[in-house]
Amino acid sequence: MDKDKLDRIAEKKKRWQEEAATARERSEPFMTVSGRPVGALYTPLDNADLDYEKDLGFPGSYPYTRGVQDNMYRGRVWTMRQFSGFGDAYDSNNRYRYLLEQGQTGLSVAFDMPTIMGYDSDSERSLGEVGRCGVAIDSLEDMEILFDQIPLDRVTTSMTINGPAAILWCMYLANAEKQGVSLDKVGGTIQNDILKEYIAQKSWIFPPEPSMRLITDIFSFAADHVPRWNTISISGYHIREAGSTAAQELAFTLADGFAYVEAGIQAGLNVDRFAPRLSFFFNAHIDFFEEICKYRAARRIWARRMKEKYGATDERSLKMRFHTQTAGCSLTAQEPENNIVRTALEALSAVLGGTQSLHTNSMDEVLALPSEKAVKIALRTQQVIAYESGAANTIDPLAGSYFVEALTDQLEAEAEAYFRRIDELGGVLPAIDQGFFQQEIADAAYDYQRAVDREDLVVVGVNRYNTSEKVQIDLLKIDPAVEEKQVRRLKKLKESRDNDAVARSLAALKKSAAGSDNLIPKIMDAVRVYATEGEIVAALKEIFGEYREKPLF
Amino acid sequence: MIQISSKKVRILVAKPGLDGHDRGARVVARGLRDAGFEVIYTGLHQTPEQVAETALQEDVDVVGLSILSGAHMTLVPRIKKMLADNGMNDVLMVVGGIIPEEDAEELIKCGNADKVFNPGEPLETITGYIKSKF
Repeated sequence: MDKDKLDRIAEKKKRWQEEAATARERSEPFMTVSGRPVGALYTPLDNADLDYEKDLGFPGSYPYTRGVQDNMYRGRVWTMRQFSGFGDAYDSNNRYRYLLEQGQTGLSVAFDMPTIMGYDSDSERSLGEVGRCGVAIDSLEDMEILFDQIPLDRVTTSMTINGPAAILWCMYLANAEKQGVSLDKVGGTIQNDILKEYIAQKSWIFPPEPSMRLITDIFSFAADHVPRWNTISISGYHIREAGSTAAQELAFTLADGFAYVEAGIQAGLNVDRFAPRLSFFFNAHIDFFEEICKYRAARRIWARRMKEKYGATDERSLKMRFHTQTAGCSLTAQEPENNIVRTALEALSAVLGGTQSLHTNSMDEVLALPSEKAVKIALRTQQVIAYESGAANTIDPLAGSYFVEALTDQLEAEAEAYFRRIDELGGVLPAIDQGFFQQEIADAAYDYQRAVDREDLVVVGVNRYNTSEKVQIDLLKIDPAVEEKQVRRLKKLKESRDNDAVARSLAALKKSAAGSDNLIPKIMDAVRVYATEGEIVAALKEIFGEYREKPLF
Repeated sequence: MIQISSKKVRILVAKPGLDGHDRGARVVARGLRDAGFEVIYTGLHQTPEQVAETALQEDVDVVGLSILSGAHMTLVPRIKKMLADNGMNDVLMVVGGIIPEEDAEELIKCGNADKVFNPGEPLETITGYIKSKF
């Protein structure tokens, strides 16, 4: 836009502002859920420096602000992938087959806490936790049951597993082999993002250095043998759930992403050999526009840095593909049905932001694991957005909105400012060591809580329109007998397998861990002879040690 | 400043079990500190033994447990018993997290917890409750 025109708009805007200033405004501060002040009106003045070709471009073209595919949802709508798992492998297998029958297009496995932390179900540490907030998986046998009658060459599976990701991945691959599916046909994702564990989710096992080695071993093995696998899902979701702002989620997640790229390069891999299989995972919080801008900014930052800083040339390395989950932390225990509405708005922001796959939370997840009915409503929410709302008809429909473009730029600038601070601290690992991310997130979480307590932020049914009605809702209950049953089956497995082969495989694994071989083939050997997850983790702990955090608040 | 006679009320905020959701525990810990209590935070992944041991060593008046993994019906009674075995029967037991209402009622009825807070409670409700007990 030419300067004269902008000057005229500036002049008129000033006059409008003077008139608007005489009108009364509501008392709550006008800010996003991240505490970002929002102006009353955005105009071309806020986009004066925007260069369409350089900053937005076309879908499927650099810098991918408008989306990573040429035709986005006009080709195929996003993958509807509900995260699910509870009880033992039999219970979860039933739920997966139900979801596939309901039209879900991909699976997403939630593991229980012992599996996530690398303990078998019979460990003292697992008491009371088996099958509680995900499915209990101890060995390849459980993995075989989990995917019984589910063809692994046709369904892709995402697994939320980090510390022991390599082990659960090997179990999945070994099971695919047993189904007769060759590894180059197997598709899916492992979360495998240990940096955000230290930063936010706090489910770690090994210290950073060996954890990063396991990750680069996975990159390398997948590049050779499992080319359709997303080897990592670099996650902002948990950073946000832990209380970060949108800008922190964006900045810390991308900083982690670049740290993995650097680790891969340092391990001797060509960036274009592994970067195409890196994927991302973001939160969809309740502040509609801020979220949409976050996704758009994320794609642009990733593409620019990958090209300019890391010299990636394969365009697949430049395209940020991401999964989105609606914000668990935005749900309320009070009047849980309201969560259906929150989730619908959040899901719509993810779609308008160009997500590749989506999980919509169930209304009852703030109270327990979701019931079948609640999951079905959550899935239907996505189907209504996809096929009724019209949101999937045109690509990046909010582009060109003065507000959306201004906020996209602002988020990008804030992320760049965080990258500089992280660099000053010596990079992501030293910043973790100094508690930088942890403290930033703790501060933001506390600020948020104070804002809610002051009613600067309104939460309907909690700090406003609170009716203190008793919750009337049927919750999913996990039978305590699940734990006993799982422990019994594990005991039987340990008696019936070839224990000499297990011992040999674990000894070989330890030897490799002490050296520098790629560990994935050794872990494959161990899971094939039914070594348990806990046994493999224990063997690796002997060599790698365990991570400990300094508790701060 | 909140004091029992001449001593500040001491609170242990603990994360027993395996889940890593420490947002609530840390926000509450800071809210309690800002309200004038002496707060000790255990950090994550504590065994019941570790929680009871820390409570004893730190000579606390209140134990606040944060559990979001669904293991509360196993962990809370175990910690309560270990505290009692350590002669800490009169410690105020407060629990927060994802605790379904009927579980909360049972924990209180069996004397394993004095109070259970649900998601969405304002900090003032929590600090106010503890102040009212001293």
